[in-house]
Amino acid sequence: MTTVAWTRRRFAVSAFWRSFRADREGLIGLISLLVIAVIALAAPLLASATELSPTKATGPVLAAPSLEYPFGTDDSGRSVLLLVIWGSRVSLLVGLAATLISMVIGTVVGVAAGHFGGAGGFLTRFAGGTLNRLTEWFLVIPYLPLAIALMVVAIRYNLPLVLAVIIVIGITSWPSTARLVRAQTLAIEGRPYIERAKVLGAGHWHQMTRHVLPNVMPLVLANTTLTVSIAILAETTLSFLGLGSGDSISWGTIISSARNHVAMSNGQWWWFLFPGIAVVVVVRAFNMCGRALERILDPRLKERS
Amino acid sequence: MNPLLEVRDLHVGFGGSRHRPLVRAVDGVELAVERGQIVALAGESGCGKTTLARTLLGLEKPWKGEVRFAGKPLDYSTRGLKAYRRKVQLVLQDPTGALNPRRTVYEAVAEGLRIHRVPGDERALVAEALSQAGLRPAERFFGRYPHELSGGQRQRVVIAGALALNPDVIVADEPVSSLDASVRGEILALLMSLRDSLGLTVLVVTHDLGLAWNIADRLAVMYLGRIVEIGRTEQLLAAPKHPYTEALLSVLPETAHRTPIILKGEAPDPRRIPAGCRFHPRCPALASGAAERAGIAARCVGETLPVLPQIGPHAAACLLAGHVGEGIAGAAGNTPVGV
Amino acid sequence: MALLEIRDLSIAYRVAGGSLPAVRGVSLTVEAGEVVGVAGESGCGKSTVAGAVLRLLPTGTSVIGSVLLNGQDVLTMPWGKLRAVRWSDASIVFQGAMSGLNPVRRIGDQIAEPMLVHATVATRRALDSRVSELLEQVGVPAWRARSYPHELSGGQRQRVMIAMALACSPQLIIADEPTTALDVMVQAQVLALLKSLVAERGVGMLLISHDLSVLSNVCDRVAVMYAGRVVEEGPAAQLFGDARHPYAQALAAAFPVIGDPTSRRAPRGLPGDPPDPTDLPSGCPFHPRCPARVDVCTVDDVRLRTVSPVRSAACVHVPAASEVAS
Repeated sequence: MTTVAWTRRRFAVSAFWRSFRADREGLIGLISLLVIAVIALAAPLLASATELSPTKATGPVLAAPSLEYPFGTDDSGRSVLLLVIWGSRVSLLVGLAATLISMVIGTVVGVAAGHFGGAGGFLTRFAGGTLNRLTEWFLVIPYLPLAIALMVVAIRYNLPLVLAVIIVIGITSWPSTARLVRAQTLAIEGRPYIERAKVLGAGHWHQMTRHVLPNVMPLVLANTTLTVSIAILAETTLSFLGLGSGDSISWGTIISSARNHVAMSNGQWWWFLFPGIAVVVVVRAFNMCGRALERILDPRLKERS
Repeated sequence: MNPLLEVRDLHVGFGGSRHRPLVRAVDGVELAVERGQIVALAGESGCGKTTLARTLLGLEKPWKGEVRFAGKPLDYSTRGLKAYRRKVQLVLQDPTGALNPRRTVYEAVAEGLRIHRVPGDERALVAEALSQAGLRPAERFFGRYPHELSGGQRQRVVIAGALALNPDVIVADEPVSSLDASVRGEILALLMSLRDSLGLTVLVVTHDLGLAWNIADRLAVMYLGRIVEIGRTEQLLAAPKHPYTEALLSVLPETAHRTPIILKGEAPDPRRIPAGCRFHPRCPALASGAAERAGIAARCVGETLPVLPQIGPHAAACLLAGHVGEGIAGAAGNTPVGV
Repeated sequence: MALLEIRDLSIAYRVAGGSLPAVRGVSLTVEAGEVVGVAGESGCGKSTVAGAVLRLLPTGTSVIGSVLLNGQDVLTMPWGKLRAVRWSDASIVFQGAMSGLNPVRRIGDQIAEPMLVHATVATRRALDSRVSELLEQVGVPAWRARSYPHELSGGQRQRVMIAMALACSPQLIIADEPTTALDVMVQAQVLALLKSLVAERGVGMLLISHDLSVLSNVCDRVAVMYAGRVVEEGPAAQLFGDARHPYAQALAAAFPVIGDPTSRRAPRGLPGDPPDPTDLPSGCPFHPRCPARVDVCTVDDVRLRTVSPVRSAACVHVPAASEVAS
């Protein structure tokens, strides 16, 4: 790329940052995420292995929140606060990794379905149509039963559980991204500059990567942050059902343990409430960012300069 | 003389089946464009001029007839079309839509060069194309985005993008209709100067007969998929032979000295082309009885006219005016095209 | 008393980062039975003037001056009176008739709507017959009242918009680019229709267009606007044939007279582009593009000067016998 283009890119990025900064909701979301990220990364410094081990923990068993244990303790005497901090690592890892898979598959399928689905020879239309059917098929299948079924298969084949969860969530969430991307692709395909590219001699690859993709990416980006929320919730759900990360500590597994020990009926509300609140806070933060991104990047809402 | 771009018995359609399309957009056209000519294709919406232009570019395939470039029929394979694109380029109607809003002017002009991997200094080639299109100094425009430019400047960028590939022919689809009136003259002057300096052949598709008067050597008027009148601009506009052309000219505000012939209704759907002469339901000559008096009224309604051939300095597809096939008016047969 | 009298109107939009002066001191009059045209290009402020007549500008827009409709100032009217005035005294045919019609409602209902709002017609039957009458007057078959907009052609939709504007028998019709995007023949039909309406009903019409030749056909008087001001004004035929302001001359020359050898192979245009309203050139805003520019043009702005009792132009080359009092 020429230096001219780089300068313009820098200007575009700083203009984008300025708009984002001006959006209060987005800013709060971003700051929250940064704080959470710092905590997650600093977790090994905050919690040692002994404190997290079910057998070696030293706290009082099932103690209510106090000054020493702000979130209370679980049935092994572990501080729930430390558990929540440590659990953020798995939850965030699964959320982000699964979203990455979902986004990549969704974008590729969406762009291909949109580009090849329109006019063209029989074969191209067939390819596009097939991709579309595939997307719809996946969309229609009830998400949770599919995830459960796939996890059971993964457990049976002794796959590392965290990896399995990531893959399962990834391949069950791509259809909604694909849908969105396909719709946006179809909208872009109708624009004259695509026709101009064709007239200049561009083939399919050039049209898709140089024109469609850059115009689709902003929407994908906004959609991604929202997908992360869904992925984190999905991991929490699966872990809660016992099909998730197994022995690793994640928010879902904490709540799952709480349920197994009938914490709700026993009045040990701190055990499941705090991890639950953690999930809500993270999901909310991602959503806030996502909505701010949508507001800034949605081409339909862009005002003409 | 060998025409550079030629169509023979061209039929292009949409929908329906291959040989019986639902919409007969181009329904039998013969056209030849000589090197270095500026030809205007005029008509109202639905007449097929845009489809004809797109077919000339290879964006649509005819179900009957052929397009010839430099004497050879078009090769519709991917490689053939790509090679063709270096010779024949398009300038679209709406310059705002024709440019990707996320790409700079530089990238828009360089796009064609990159697709075809044209050797040489890309920067220099882009600068030259922009200068040829009238944007000087070219470097000042490299980093700009389309929304920072005016309509006229955007259209020049689109033209520069087409020029960068050094084509032989430029097809311009309504190049000035979405631009402000005061900018119109500049863009038209640019097209003319490109013909003069680079030897470009230009085919302009327009609804504006004044544009043809401004820059075109030859003018073809289309109606419902056929060319109804063709000839040298001065001859045609001074003394139109087809009633449709006559009516069109008469309602233009710029030709105030004529009594306006305002046709009733609008052009019919290309899905329901009338039998006989396709203009007869709206023809003022038929309605006023002139056709009756000439004794051809029955033929206007019943007889389908043959396609207007590419012969003669001025010909009209009208029985009253003397269809070329009849040999009454407009030379038949021997006079070379474009004279 | 003139039907419409605009006095020294100045309008500035509120935009991110300040204000955008769209109209800078425009005065116009329209008498009953007269067609006045406003010509100019994108950004010159002509559509803004049209919107101001019925107070249709976005909230926050600063509007200075007066717009007198039958002697009453629209800009200071109480809200109730304004609603009564809208459509029954003055109506608008909007630009882009394609999107001015609601695609999910039938044509007849949309034409009837203003009549219902103004309660001009009592019974359903009377309403229907009035709608049919209006459709016939604009040349659309009456049975089309039951059609949806997408079933009509572009020309027919524009006629329906005109029928809507006539619904409450207004005294003034404002037509904002009524023939843009229409074919030449349909354009001629619509213009002929507008002309006949004015002749038959004695309404006044304000016709706005970027196409000077369209205006020359239909209008009695034309005002040419540039950068928010009127730069030339006068009877249509005189203005089109013998414009005094260089911009008006360029506009008139933009569409050539077919058959005129001087325009054959000689398209005439203006270099440069219409100015940015937030960043107008010093002195006369037209000077960067003016072929007749002199030094004083970059310094002094020029107001309208009388060329004749019925004509005025804002150019330094017009002898400054007297400036037109606004």
